[in-house]
Amino acid sequence: MSYIGIIITYVFIQNFILVQFMGLCPFIGVSKNSESAIGMGMAVTFVTAVASVVCYAVYTYLLVPFDLTYLQTISFILVIAALVQMVEMVIRKMSPSLYKALGIFLPLITTNCAVLGIAIINIDEGYNMLESFLAGLAAGLGFTLAIVLMSNIREKLEMTPVRRVFKGVPIAFISAGLMALAFMAFDSSLLTNLHLV
Amino acid sequence: MSHMNELTKGIFKENPTFIIMLGMCPTLGVTTQVFNAFGMGASVLFVLLGSNIFISALRKIIPDSIRIPAYIVVIASFVTIVEMVLHAFVPAVFNALGVYLPLIVVNCIILGRAEAFANKNTVLDSALDAIGMGIGFTLALSLIAAIREIFGAGTITLFNLSETQRLVITLPGISESPVRVLTLAAGALLVMGYLKAFFIWNGERRAAKGGQA
Repeated sequence: MSYIGIIITYVFIQNFILVQFMGLCPFIGVSKNSESAIGMGMAVTFVTAVASVVCYAVYTYLLVPFDLTYLQTISFILVIAALVQMVEMVIRKMSPSLYKALGIFLPLITTNCAVLGIAIINIDEGYNMLESFLAGLAAGLGFTLAIVLMSNIREKLEMTPVRRVFKGVPIAFISAGLMALAFMAFDSSLLTNLHLV
Repeated sequence: MSHMNELTKGIFKENPTFIIMLGMCPTLGVTTQVFNAFGMGASVLFVLLGSNIFISALRKIIPDSIRIPAYIVVIASFVTIVEMVLHAFVPAVFNALGVYLPLIVVNCIILGRAEAFANKNTVLDSALDAIGMGIGFTLALSLIAAIREIFGAGTITLFNLSETQRLVITLPGISESPVRVLTLAAGALLVMGYLKAFFIWNGERRAAKGGQA
């Protein structure tokens, strides 16, 4: 698959939230206002892109040569936890303003399914290092797209009369369902039509 | 009596999926067939039981400052055991659960119970808590899967190990013209939204009744 094909696949066709349901907890939890949604999206994008490359390297250069591939799950989650911690420290040192924007979201990302999910999908699909990086970046961008759209919808919903039992989380899920319906228009035949396979 | 309470609270009063809203990714990802929901529920129950017992037994040894990484290692070990067992003995379930199986590691229910319950309570209470939460999770998954499969495909898959070993109930009427969207991604989110609304309504009604009595 071409590089553009990978990006389109993970941003639209296999959108992490609306199609694969990865990262639903922050999607529902952090999407109440658009500012924090953008912060969360950027933090996730950053971590998925870096984690994809690091997990690929760990798998290819450490686990495969020593025949330890059954340790995939346990090593990936440790790598991701360590990476998130390191990213937090580096950002705090290098750019206090970026840390102020992303800081509170970073600890939440370790237990975000999207990060571990993309690392495992990269291995399952047999991507090389550059493809893994692009897939991770695109998965994060897809997450950002969905969470930012969702936060705008929820800001509007605050002003809308909604039946009391549907207020908050239920209406958020139903809105997400309607968004997922719209995303069904992005089918894998799109790639064939654009000659990207 | 109090032990019984630890066991039953996870099933209804503090149901992990509908009341605390934890562990959403596998909930919606695998519930296209009732059988997958059983497989996922059983896997989570095992990991939860193992990690709760282990963490509860080690709660005085694990230093407080590094407890989260320690919990994650324990949980990941149990997930790896489940992965290997399923891969070896029931490959059909292993393939059906796919990427959601390793993702049990980051299922918030397990880390949440370790942090909120197992590191403060005895081994027996933690084990009962894990069994209750696991059963509650399995029931919730089965309910969502049943709704999606009955209305989305008109079938109930109780057993599906291979082409020859399967038990699928086909419902006449619905299976000819099912609401196909419910088996797709959008249907999962819609069903979850309506179910959550139902449980809020139910909770309010029960609270109102309790107030009058």
